[in-house]
Amino acid sequence: MTETPETATIKKISQETPSIRSFRLDFPMQAKPGQFAMLWLPGIDEKPFTLTAEGKECAVTVQEKGKFTKALFKLKEGDKIGIRGPYGNGFSTSRVKKACIVAGGCGAAPILLLAEELQKQGIKTAIINGARTEKECLFAERLRKTTHDLYITTDDGSLEEQGFVTAPLQRLLEKEKFDCVFGCGPEAMLKKVFELCEKYKVPCQLNLERYMRCATGICGSCVLGKWLVCKDGPVFNSKQLRETEEFGSKALLKCGKDVPIKEFAEWRQQ
Amino acid sequence: MPLETVFAGIKLRNPTVLASGILGTNAEILIRTAKEGGAGAVTMKSIGPCEKDGYANPTILEWEHGLINAVGLPSPGYKNTEEELKQLEKSGIPLIASVYAHSIEEYAEIAGFAEKFKPAMIELNMSCPHSKGEGMPFGLDEETAGQVVKAVKKVSGKTPVMPKLTPQALNIASIASACERAGADAICAINTLGPGMLINPEVRKPVLANKFGGISGPAIKPVALRCVYQIYEAVKLPILGMGGISNGRDAIEFIQAGATTVGVGSAVYYRGIGVFKEVCDEMVQWMKKNNAKSLEEIRGVAHGH
Repeated sequence: MTETPETATIKKISQETPSIRSFRLDFPMQAKPGQFAMLWLPGIDEKPFTLTAEGKECAVTVQEKGKFTKALFKLKEGDKIGIRGPYGNGFSTSRVKKACIVAGGCGAAPILLLAEELQKQGIKTAIINGARTEKECLFAERLRKTTHDLYITTDDGSLEEQGFVTAPLQRLLEKEKFDCVFGCGPEAMLKKVFELCEKYKVPCQLNLERYMRCATGICGSCVLGKWLVCKDGPVFNSKQLRETEEFGSKALLKCGKDVPIKEFAEWRQQ
Repeated sequence: MPLETVFAGIKLRNPTVLASGILGTNAEILIRTAKEGGAGAVTMKSIGPCEKDGYANPTILEWEHGLINAVGLPSPGYKNTEEELKQLEKSGIPLIASVYAHSIEEYAEIAGFAEKFKPAMIELNMSCPHSKGEGMPFGLDEETAGQVVKAVKKVSGKTPVMPKLTPQALNIASIASACERAGADAICAINTLGPGMLINPEVRKPVLANKFGGISGPAIKPVALRCVYQIYEAVKLPILGMGGISNGRDAIEFIQAGATTVGVGSAVYYRGIGVFKEVCDEMVQWMKKNNAKSLEEIRGVAHGH
């Protein structure tokens, strides 16, 4: 067994929103929804990305933000890229008969495979997808194909309901009983989702993010309290989150300094 | 309990120690490594003088026979580790505070800071092979290594001081002797071997962002064993032996070479955080099968033939 990056060719690039593209790679990867791969651009960096397709070929969906993603966006179909994975635990759908999914921004990326998986298993699922604007709303049409119950919120009201994902979530939790709420998005949003789930006594599984190096559970860069996001996560359940003070409050920078989650989120935007 | 060990005056429930640079980025994961994982003692990731990011990724990779890493000694800066050190002090778990620096004075400054939180030991990282001007340059010659130990001993109070040595030194045993003369309380050996490198032939480029990195894991076990064996013959100090220990039998080999405690690092990759407990169980099984009543009885027995 070796865990060094292999090379893959970019087969197809799709522009999902003005700032988000999907890259389909001719690289086989059997993965669960929520698992991720490490993408390597030689001479630049290596970063974790959730998988938005798996099987004989895999795909990642990326928002253009910092140095790495800017370099990735310069690549064209036919170009090569380094890849290793899949890593992490992924979402667990066992014993779930009725589900709710909450996604915010590019947090819709890991949700896509999950929604498709739940549909395949015939699990009734409500999906709430939040975005800043109509144009930045990721995977709305593909998610709509997986459920009759899709709610969209936008910060500016340019598409469907104006406001945050928590408003429709609260309405749903008020009237319906879910076996699990799955979520991915900014951690401030996920913290609110968690608090609502606790209030309505619904278990949740949330996909979190920390700065990552090894992806294999040894370097400790991605610690979330006592958990390793790369190995124990990136998906954490209610019980784990309940005993993790750092969730929604603190994270380590690249140097290992413990900072408030807001400062971490701002640093991640660079 | 057959595995209880006294190491430089520190009582440990077992001789397995989490090696520095593995997992030790915050107090919670270190406490988990001891409580859930079963480590007898844990080492915090080396703390340096100031905030430093380390290298871009890839920084740590598994290849066929071990790991290679060039993380580049990232550090929040020692002053930013106060909360973690306090939490670890409160936990009562035997903690080895590891320190790296750019100068002899800086080693003393950071070790003096760490000492305030009463760690079980202070480890001096004078052996990191992939960070410029830090680590290894201090462990390559007897005089410098001795000066670092001497300077740290002046500020370390009752806390035992343990330099971690590099297999790149021409004569690791004479470095260990110099550290002993300078007042060291124990010796840790070895840090990663190398540096080495990996190339991705399709990409036609080195894989590590830093090109070169330290090698650890099964591949380096024979070198590490030889180093521990030579150090044992050169000094009277207890030795924390490490380098490629993946199971109980590996650990027994290090004890027979003369180690008092055994470090486990890369094996966390192969066997997970519970590797410490597994290594301990395997050591006990080996002892039963081979009629060894205590580790004391087999320590250093490979010598004198």
